[in-house]
Amino acid sequence: MRVGTWIRWAALCAMMLMLAIGCGKKEGAEPAAPAQPDAEAGQGIGGEMTFFSWWTAGGEAEGLADLLNFFQKKFPGVKVINAAVAGGAGTNAKAVLKTRMMGGDPPDSFQVHGGSELIDTWVKAGLMQPITDLYQQEGWNDKFPQGLIDMVSKDGEIYAVPSNVHRGNVLWVNRSLFEAQGIPVMNMNYEAFFDACEKFKAAGVAPLALASRNKWPVTHLFESILLGVGGPIFYQELFDGQIAWTDKRVKESLEILKRMMGYVNKDHAALTWDQASGLVMQGKAAMNVMGDWAKGYFTTNGWIPDKDFGALPAPQTGGRFVVVTDTFGLPKGAPNAAAAREFLKVVGSAEGQVAFNIKKGSIPARIGVPTDAFDPIAVRTIKDFAADRLVPSCAHGSATVELFVTAINDELGIFIQNLDPEKTMNALEAAALDAGVRKAQ
Amino acid sequence: MKRTRSDRLLSFVLIAPSCLLLVLFVYGFIAWSGWISMTDWRGLVPSHGFVGLQQYEQLFRLPRFQTDLFNTAVFTLVFLAGNLFLGLFLAVLLDRGLRGEPFFRSLFLFPMAVSFVVTGTIWVWVFNPEVGLNRIFTALGFDVERWGWITDPRMALYCVSMAAIWQMAGFTMAQYLAGLRGIAVEQREAARIDGAGEAQIFRHVLLPQLWPITVGAVVVLGHISLKIFDLIFVMTQGGPARSTDVPGIYMFEVSFRGDFFARGAAIGIVMLLMVALLIVPYLVYARRMDA
Repeated sequence: MRVGTWIRWAALCAMMLMLAIGCGKKEGAEPAAPAQPDAEAGQGIGGEMTFFSWWTAGGEAEGLADLLNFFQKKFPGVKVINAAVAGGAGTNAKAVLKTRMMGGDPPDSFQVHGGSELIDTWVKAGLMQPITDLYQQEGWNDKFPQGLIDMVSKDGEIYAVPSNVHRGNVLWVNRSLFEAQGIPVMNMNYEAFFDACEKFKAAGVAPLALASRNKWPVTHLFESILLGVGGPIFYQELFDGQIAWTDKRVKESLEILKRMMGYVNKDHAALTWDQASGLVMQGKAAMNVMGDWAKGYFTTNGWIPDKDFGALPAPQTGGRFVVVTDTFGLPKGAPNAAAAREFLKVVGSAEGQVAFNIKKGSIPARIGVPTDAFDPIAVRTIKDFAADRLVPSCAHGSATVELFVTAINDELGIFIQNLDPEKTMNALEAAALDAGVRKAQ
Repeated sequence: MKRTRSDRLLSFVLIAPSCLLLVLFVYGFIAWSGWISMTDWRGLVPSHGFVGLQQYEQLFRLPRFQTDLFNTAVFTLVFLAGNLFLGLFLAVLLDRGLRGEPFFRSLFLFPMAVSFVVTGTIWVWVFNPEVGLNRIFTALGFDVERWGWITDPRMALYCVSMAAIWQMAGFTMAQYLAGLRGIAVEQREAARIDGAGEAQIFRHVLLPQLWPITVGAVVVLGHISLKIFDLIFVMTQGGPARSTDVPGIYMFEVSFRGDFFARGAAIGIVMLLMVALLIVPYLVYARRMDA
């Protein structure tokens, strides 16, 4: 073979090699700094710190910006990178995050719902670092409710810092519509709720706003019914797989959902959750069961809490609190773990919690944080959070494994069309077995 | 010209990079997916316990997946029939030597330039029973109370198909138009002299010669519809009541939400086989035509 050919071969190989290296190289992937729990605040902390979330819009994005700014002021040497991926309820972001983590390119910290989503998805896979020492060092063990710490712990180790808490079981009401029908804005059981529904229906208003295009809002509504019908112990045991989905309380809950479907807006299959909240604002619907992020939607559109709209616990769930908590964890192999730990300290601090939550529209996960800056609904939620019985949300991935959550979303989507409780109960039981939540007898 | 050995070598070298990348990133990953689909990988940590065809067995027993396959079949049939009919119809109209033909050609072809995501976002409003088509029908005096369009499980799949047809009919038209232009004018004139009517000319002279175009269009459109994901994800996410659910949506949910990668891979392989059923006969056919 001639020398020229060899040179061409060599050049080609070199090109391929360069291409391969170019593909494999990760941005900002400097060798991982070992964790330094004893580093002085602000001292020797630098480099880039990437935070991953799905907070890209409205109050959420502003809350995150406030928190990142607060951290930035304390640690001017750190270059904070906000790596957010858009998409409601984080479905898209979670897919991107999984790809990054499995590809060995973890961010320094990321948003994850406490409970199953954190523990079953990430901790059990061995992808997270425990931060139990951080809790001891900062004295956080009595600053967060035990029920919440349990949701971010496994086998005695703690894995994340809760940044905020949303209440899932909230019934939003249009106060002027309530006034027009002479219905008092106060906690309701199912009887009172359906009475109100009848009145609104007769008045030509959709009693309950629902959005089922993205599937999860139906699960969100249904979990509040399960809680209302069966109570917190039943709720927890059901999602843990100790109670069969063919239980009569599940049937009772499905019957209530079926009754509710007689009172919802007709176009629910075409709407997303914010459009359903919008129906309440436009006076086209009277009520909506949605997490308290709906409040952010109302207030940014100029509605005033307790004047234009009211917030009640979802029917029959007074004294019970469905927790949707965002927590921030520390992945194994975080490129800048030292900065990430400092960031987590800020997240867990009283100032950090206030900075984040005011615009986010949620409440601090920490107890005893000054409440002056919060609106009256948030102040009541803060009080309830400290006193109520806490249960994790299923629709938001805290109560049970994601594979089962997608199946519940799917089956409930069918139920709201065929309204056949028996069929749905059997299908849910089969799905629980398939997802490994329940074990075959 | 005699090709020297070094020429041959050079051509091989030049084609090697793309071949190598193709083998690695297409066929390599297909093989990888095939392997994963035969393991018990569940959760974020890869697991390679071999379980044979167990994932497929479970998959085909799931009511959701059975519905998905059925929906894909219906969607594909409606989508193909709609496209071929509409595409041919538009092409014949344009072929009449219409004035301003280039304008109309671009007009019909334009939706193809839009992504399925954009199409979906717009059509979901068109099919919204409160603000969309029903407004027009109400104005025309129809009673639209029961017309749910995309919110009605019996209609939703056809609504989605319609959006897809809107997007791709222009492409089919362009194919047919090119086909019609390729048929010599003399043939039509000869038929006319023999006393054939326009309908007869179309049926017996033009249509038979458009057969290869139809086969090509079916292959291109068919592989789009068998793999459809983005349009449906944007419009309905598979709802209401699973009526528009397709394997692509289920694969996404199972793999990236449910972390059940083995099942996700199995769904992917099933989709690949479905497309192969369409493509392989075409490749054989095309080869025979060449030979």
